[in-house]
Amino acid sequence: MNFKHKYFFLFPGLFVLIGILIFPIIFVVRLSLSGWNSYNPGLDYIGLENYIRLFTDDPRFWESFFRLSFLSVTTVILQYVIGFALAHMVWKDIKFKRFFRVLFLVPMMTTPVIMTVIWRTFFHESLGPVNDLLSVFGVAPKWLTDPVIAKFTVIIVEVWQWTPFMFLLLLAGLLSLPKEPFLAAAIDGASPVRKFIYVTFPLMAPISIGAIIIRLIEASKIMDTVYVLTSGGPGTSTETSSFYIFIKGLREFQMGYAASMSFTYLIIMIISLTIIAKVLTKVLLKE
Amino acid sequence: MKTCLTAIISSLMIFSPMAYADKWSDQFPHIKATGDIPGDCSYEKMSKKNYKGKTLKINTHAIPVMGEPTALHAEQFEKLTGAKVEVTHTPAGDLYSKAMVPFQAGQAPYDVVFGFSNFINDWKRYLAPVPKKYMNSPEMKDVTKSHMGVSSWDGTMYQYPVDGDRHYLKYRKDVIDNPEMQKKYKADTGNELRVPRTWKEYAQMAKYFNDWDWDGDGEKEYGSAEVMKKDDLMFAAFFSRSVAYAKNPRTPGGFFFDLETMKPNINNPGFVEALTDWVEATKYVPPGGTNFGLGDEIGSFGGGQTLFSFSWDDAFIAAMQDDSPIKNKVGAAPLPGADKVWNRVSNSWENQYNQAPYIVWGWAVGVAKKSKVKDMAFDYLCFFSNGANHQADLAIGRFGVNPFKNSDFDPNIYINSMGWDPEIANSYTQTLLDMEKSNNRVFPLRVPGVFEFTSAVATGTSKALAGQLSPQEALDEVAKEWEAIVSRVGKKAVQDAYAVGVKMEDNKL
Repeated sequence: MNFKHKYFFLFPGLFVLIGILIFPIIFVVRLSLSGWNSYNPGLDYIGLENYIRLFTDDPRFWESFFRLSFLSVTTVILQYVIGFALAHMVWKDIKFKRFFRVLFLVPMMTTPVIMTVIWRTFFHESLGPVNDLLSVFGVAPKWLTDPVIAKFTVIIVEVWQWTPFMFLLLLAGLLSLPKEPFLAAAIDGASPVRKFIYVTFPLMAPISIGAIIIRLIEASKIMDTVYVLTSGGPGTSTETSSFYIFIKGLREFQMGYAASMSFTYLIIMIISLTIIAKVLTKVLLKE
Repeated sequence: MKTCLTAIISSLMIFSPMAYADKWSDQFPHIKATGDIPGDCSYEKMSKKNYKGKTLKINTHAIPVMGEPTALHAEQFEKLTGAKVEVTHTPAGDLYSKAMVPFQAGQAPYDVVFGFSNFINDWKRYLAPVPKKYMNSPEMKDVTKSHMGVSSWDGTMYQYPVDGDRHYLKYRKDVIDNPEMQKKYKADTGNELRVPRTWKEYAQMAKYFNDWDWDGDGEKEYGSAEVMKKDDLMFAAFFSRSVAYAKNPRTPGGFFFDLETMKPNINNPGFVEALTDWVEATKYVPPGGTNFGLGDEIGSFGGGQTLFSFSWDDAFIAAMQDDSPIKNKVGAAPLPGADKVWNRVSNSWENQYNQAPYIVWGWAVGVAKKSKVKDMAFDYLCFFSNGANHQADLAIGRFGVNPFKNSDFDPNIYINSMGWDPEIANSYTQTLLDMEKSNNRVFPLRVPGVFEFTSAVATGTSKALAGQLSPQEALDEVAKEWEAIVSRVGKKAVQDAYAVGVKMEDNKL
């Protein structure tokens, strides 16, 4: 029997895959080998010039990468802890459970850019309500103009916006857990803390790893919050890789160079996220 | 007799300008102050055009600055001509790329593209030159020489003038001209309180009037509101502070670069002195002032929060609007100067007073070469800046439309239509007029890849303002980056383009 016709059924999916995944990546690689910019549009070939520049003459890219690592790891850890706590809270039979479940999801449903504009207004140091309230206690933090505090301001906004996503994944995980281990723990007279440490947390490990990795992928693209809140400032203190690539690509229109940064960044992210996933699996699943 | 009187009154109503004007201002209240003003693109003339069935696509800035007048005039244009006008609003930072991406791909999704006048070198090959018909119109003949230059490249106009920009000083007249304040300032500091002639005086006064309630409104006021937010036009604010120290009328041949060698001047002692002043300024801006963009600056000075401000007109116009708490309490003056100016030829300071106006880049608009409705597009732009629209737009600070016609320097426009105090209107128009007449002007950098240069300045200066680098280190970093950009773009290409700007600065164009 000839099954060759089965390949025809693969073509539509294959075309879509090539069109939306493979082609853009190949194009970015090709673009990265060109000097495409505002005054020289076109896919000329300049070899590895952009990559050499990136690795030998652009400390700003690497600084922004390490800054991004700090911001994304910190925000994801906070989102995980807070998201887990909230999910655990509404997993139990509490009053207004449904109301809280919806309420906790609200930040995620808002438009990030709009919400960041609102946060920027809150944190405005002379006109915003946050410092107005804090002035009662005689403090007025420089939320957006101090290089150190500005990083934490970005973290606050990111955690507020994306903790609900972590909450949603972890709540779904909690709701899908089998009842038996909890019944067994109850019969053994385990305290709530022990039940959490020895039953809930280990059972949630696979879901936690998935949630953390998904959020790390997302957090590593922090862009709109930085763009609206601080424009990467003061100085370069909140500039992340994606914002820096945006500046080079769409502000300065160095398309070829921005493509080389994007591709390098993609490779770094694939490697580092693979390592992180392995480590998390080893630690949390004790494999 | 009665019939005769009626006939006279009727004919007066028909033929007098006001009656003519009223006909249009009834339909379009935006021009109620002047009515229609006769011209090649007046309401009357546009109403005779028929663009029914045609669509004009425009990419403009976000509302309100320039976005609001674009949309308003698009709506009026639709009503008058029957055209369909689609307006897309884009944030300032993305205007360049939103047009550039399709331009480079050989497409024209927008017929009309708004941007900044310093885009001209990168955009000109994709824009249609302004046709002779418009170049010869009386409205165009009224445009100042500076702004004809800003909109043109080597004699060819690519950007239709809709706005005129320059940086100048705005100050609180009710404080600076107040005899009691002058006495108090003198007693406390030993100095005269006056419109600052130098940036050092500016700093002294700003520091003195910082962080206390000097206007008795129960709120603290501050010294100065400035655009210091990274990438948000901050490099233009830095250049405004630099011109006094680094634009020497006795050393023609380049403010930003030495035209002959293309060596950047950006880290010479003149620029370093300006950045040192600017770092000092972080001490007399309102809380959060180092993150102020242009909107914050407008709101801060226009809302009465600071003694000084400088940059575009908008803060001044906002302060002079009817709803402003400080209407008729502000003054305009040239940018402060300096008691010394760097001579880059002799490599030494010249200890003499220097002041240089900065004819900064501003809003500009062009018609895509590949547009299929170029006639309609140019008609729209001509209508946008016709006499009636232009005068009405000038009165609204948030519109971002500023004087660029010789007739705009008539103080009576501001006194009669906008209710300005005559003394303020005179000082405003005289300040702008003096800038036009100056022989020591600085024009914006308009070279290929201009954004790479200005972005490097924004990054370097913001590092200095944040305390990450000293002013000298920051500008050395900028100079190094500029050299790398010149080498990437090609020395000849940058040099040729820069020569056009230098000609204007050296009064040879």
